[in-house]
Amino acid sequence: MAVKQSRRDFLGMAFGGVAAVGGAFSLVAMKKTWDPLPSVKAAGFTTVDLSPLEAGELRTITWRGKPIFLLKKTDEMKKEESRDVVVGDANYTVVIGLCTHLGCIPNWYPATKQFKCACHGGEFDASGVNTFGPPPRPLDIPPFKIDGTKLVLGEEGPEYKKLVPKA
Amino acid sequence: MAEIRKAEGIGDWFDQRLATKKLTKVLMTEYWIPKNINFLWAMGVVLVVLFTILIISGIFLLMYYKPDVKLAFDSVNYTIMQEVEYGWLWRHMHGVAASAIFLVIYIHMFTGIYYGSYKKGREMIWLTGMALFGMFSAEAFSGYMLPWGQMSYWAAQVITNLFGGIPVIGDALVIWIRGDFAVADPTLTRFFMLHVLLLPLVIIVLIVVHFYSLRIPHVNNQESEDIDFDKESDKYLAGNKKESKVVPFWPVFLSKDFFVSGAFLVFYFYLTFYHFDFAMDPINFEPANPMKTPAHIYPEWYFLWSYEVLRGFFFDVGPMAAMDIGLAAFGFANVIFMVFPFLDRDPNVAPAHRRPKFKIWFWLLLIDMIVLTVYGKLPPMGINTYIGFVAAVSFILLFVALPFITKCDAKHTGGVK
Repeated sequence: MAVKQSRRDFLGMAFGGVAAVGGAFSLVAMKKTWDPLPSVKAAGFTTVDLSPLEAGELRTITWRGKPIFLLKKTDEMKKEESRDVVVGDANYTVVIGLCTHLGCIPNWYPATKQFKCACHGGEFDASGVNTFGPPPRPLDIPPFKIDGTKLVLGEEGPEYKKLVPKA
Repeated sequence: MAEIRKAEGIGDWFDQRLATKKLTKVLMTEYWIPKNINFLWAMGVVLVVLFTILIISGIFLLMYYKPDVKLAFDSVNYTIMQEVEYGWLWRHMHGVAASAIFLVIYIHMFTGIYYGSYKKGREMIWLTGMALFGMFSAEAFSGYMLPWGQMSYWAAQVITNLFGGIPVIGDALVIWIRGDFAVADPTLTRFFMLHVLLLPLVIIVLIVVHFYSLRIPHVNNQESEDIDFDKESDKYLAGNKKESKVVPFWPVFLSKDFFVSGAFLVFYFYLTFYHFDFAMDPINFEPANPMKTPAHIYPEWYFLWSYEVLRGFFFDVGPMAAMDIGLAAFGFANVIFMVFPFLDRDPNVAPAHRRPKFKIWFWLLLIDMIVLTVYGKLPPMGINTYIGFVAAVSFILLFVALPFITKCDAKHTGGVK
């Protein structure tokens, strides 16, 4: 009797084991099918020339489907050593234009020199640092490399790596 | 093997093979419902009617809808609305039913809370019901994305971003859900799949389990009376219909439900034909634009209360960021109704008007949820942020107080039975 029973147990466990391994592998396949496609991940690098920017005037470009804010700082705007991108003798704010709360695009108010998010009332200063409301951190700085007066977005240059630990 | 004889008729032919007579008894003519109920007990059948409307109108919309970011907006706003005969009707029926179904779900839910129909053996009814609420919310959200207007896009952006609040894996999870760095074509197509296939399948299975979970504990009644269903049904079958406290599901209970459903459908079709615009935000008639957030975004009315809980916390407390508090509160609001039967420490089933403290609690909760709903729609500025904050905190405090209040009630009303 006991022998018979353990044989059945073995069959049950063997069947269960095979089914579990198969199930685990199919879960991996399902997870990978949901992953972003290689073509999406490779979505290129964007190069932008900073030299035509006017101080105090916001420019928005697109990188990987996201808005990027470019702002050449005027003399009155506070310089933020840990966040500013310095090209030539000018300081720039270069940030991903999505509120760090839930991803709405904040608007630029030149009069008060602030970014304000209409969704939940978050506010950021001209350097992209959060000053009021629910945003948990300053606007994110996209990976960049400085190439003369040009900025290559998507590539991590030495200046970016220096900023990141501080930002 | 069953004994198969020459059939006496088509009914008998099926009965020999499928036991249809027995099945009809079990599901319809000898499924017993208490007499002492009111129109609020008809909401379940109203929900079935609305869900059927959603499936039928959805099938016709599916014939012309295109889940591609380049085609989606025009397939809805041009092809379906202008070219397809009666396409406008299917769309408006679908949109209005989606909104109306939440109204009835909330009535259904609060009826259950008021009459205590979630405890003493009825926990599974409540749990499957709340699971259905969750699935219908996902269904509404994924469906809202499909017309690919500005509100579709930005609602998708904000809601998928919520997952970014999960520690460690958050950012990667958001990209995984979207299938892209931002909400884009892969996001639309996969949410289309969820909306038309996976979620409806899960909903149908859950509805079956929800119905089944009613069979053993039976339907509650207005006085929360503990009815002996075997004794009462025997009376009914013996001809003492007047004395018996129960009626069969079919045809007696359903005839009443059909009347309520009929009255509700008059209201529903009035909305569909004359006020369909309440379920159609004008901003959503502008095609999705990832480079421009609408000035003021808000969810559909049925999500406003939890949305207001989410954004009610707008300042940091010590080391906790406002966003994380809001997210935690939002998570709390969405989970807390699920565990309702376990927060109620009063073992007796009774309608709220016979529970002195719970009665007050019930109406406070209802008022608080209405306040949250109203302020969820208003822009987050000035006094609004503070009222929203107070209402959000009150919501949480009400649920923290629930176990104590019900325990206290149990003591005063005797507790023993």
